[in-house]
Amino acid sequence: MRAGRIIIDRASGFWMILSLALILLMPVIMGMGLFLKSVPIWEQNSPWQLIFGSDWSPTRGNFGFWPFIASSLYVTILSFVLSVPVCFFAALYLTQYASERLIRMTYPAIDILAGLPSVIYGVWGILVVVPFISKVISPFFGSNSSGYSIAAGGVVLAIMCIPYILNMLIEVFKTVPSGMKEASLSLGASYWESVKHVVVRKSFAGIVSAFGLGLAKAFGETIAVMMVVGNHIQVTVNPLEAGYPLPALIANNYGEMLSIPMYDAALMFAALLLLAIILIINLIFRYLIYKTHIE
Amino acid sequence: MNSSVITDTNLSEINLGIRGNGHPPIVSVKNLNVYAGNHHILKNINLDIPKNKITVLLGPSGCGKTTLLKCMNRLTDLYHELKVTGDVWIDGDNILKSNDNIAALRQKMGLLSQRPYPLPMSIFKNVAYGIKLKGIYDKKLIQYNVEKYLREVGLWEEVKDRLHQPAVGLSIGQQQRLCLARGLAVRPQIILADEPTSALDPISSKIIENLFKELKKNYTIILVTHVLRQAVRLADHVVFMSYGEIIEEGAPADLFKNPATEKLREYIYDGN
Repeated sequence: MRAGRIIIDRASGFWMILSLALILLMPVIMGMGLFLKSVPIWEQNSPWQLIFGSDWSPTRGNFGFWPFIASSLYVTILSFVLSVPVCFFAALYLTQYASERLIRMTYPAIDILAGLPSVIYGVWGILVVVPFISKVISPFFGSNSSGYSIAAGGVVLAIMCIPYILNMLIEVFKTVPSGMKEASLSLGASYWESVKHVVVRKSFAGIVSAFGLGLAKAFGETIAVMMVVGNHIQVTVNPLEAGYPLPALIANNYGEMLSIPMYDAALMFAALLLLAIILIINLIFRYLIYKTHIE
Repeated sequence: MNSSVITDTNLSEINLGIRGNGHPPIVSVKNLNVYAGNHHILKNINLDIPKNKITVLLGPSGCGKTTLLKCMNRLTDLYHELKVTGDVWIDGDNILKSNDNIAALRQKMGLLSQRPYPLPMSIFKNVAYGIKLKGIYDKKLIQYNVEKYLREVGLWEEVKDRLHQPAVGLSIGQQQRLCLARGLAVRPQIILADEPTSALDPISSKIIENLFKELKKNYTIILVTHVLRQAVRLADHVVFMSYGEIIEEGAPADLFKNPATEKLREYIYDGN
């Protein structure tokens, strides 16, 4: 009996360590695999040419990824700008001002939105956002856009990310002890002053973390964006024109055009780029969180 | 309701509460009831708090002491589920009926909670926060006041070289004294202390208790505790509560030596 308990104790400890090791090894294995698969393209092109080159002509052996990287960044930043203020104030309202009844009604709705498959957001984008941009926004600015554009991608991505970021922010704001807010109120601060100086300030690291994770998720989002962004290879500053983000490049072409020499390696390189950029975003936000803690 | 609305009847009601020790009440609670749904938390509380004395609200956990304290600075407003009826007169204002400038009302009462809640900012800014809320923005004046109140709670010497470091870096006893300094900096008339030593070690508790003895010269202190010995050490006036009701009140010497009710007698014997 005693020996059996010791064996179970050790086995459970071993299983937990193994599970953790598998999780930690996953991105390393994925990164290594993508790197090795993309080696052929490294051998023929410099990293500078690959990352900042704008000529995408696979049949001629030119693989410039800049249009895809620029589109990804543009769509992601646009979605970030649109979703962050909405999530921030909605989360503050729900955790600091809303009645219990409203909270009970809202939380399941947010969970449902977070659980919707991205293809549904894509379809909604095609049915609503794309025509709206084509028929309302574009004429307003005197432009002729089909609606399939970076702006459509940004809006759809923002809507998709809202429940995800909102859920994280709600959890962050809920961790601030009510006693801290009461302390501020008892000093004569108004409710908004207490929320601003105490709740937001105390939650700052968590807010940064939520935005970082939201940004990383937005950057890698594929299907919904691919359905509305136009998938046209170009570098543009006009959000009403089409773009072609990195995930869409991979999803549209993998398994389709592999007869073209180096195309396989190029797509692996695109995936590696995606992984690296998401890693960089995470590292930047980790650094911001660290800076917040030590200050 | 502002002071102009006070009638002679009201004033005489307040004055009825003058304690035997000759101090007029600074706080007068009349027919106060607090409900949370069907739960009757405070049951018809009538209470007068003498000025510049330490009044101890004593009683077992969950008897409504903290709720009573929170009624006095309207922090009950934060809890949507609470329904508060009755009157709480402070400085001539019935604060439960007053709808204007709750912030100014709260500044009359410094709050010290069970565990210290330093605001997420530096030691200096913690004290300066309340000063700025009083409308003082002159840097030298703020600096002067921060030092003054940190000295008043005996914290200045310990923190003067790290004023701009985060307040959470202080020990828990220091944090509680910082919270007291922060509360004093808004120049309250009353200090509401909700079991302020419950999270502290004996040495830090003693420092806080000694501070209270000093502070009562200039402030009225309402101290919530369930520690009988602390009540004996500090109280000028004791209010014993149980299940949302005031069971007995009076001078500690009378109350603890000759409890009139079985509930207090039991509490004293269990406490010893």
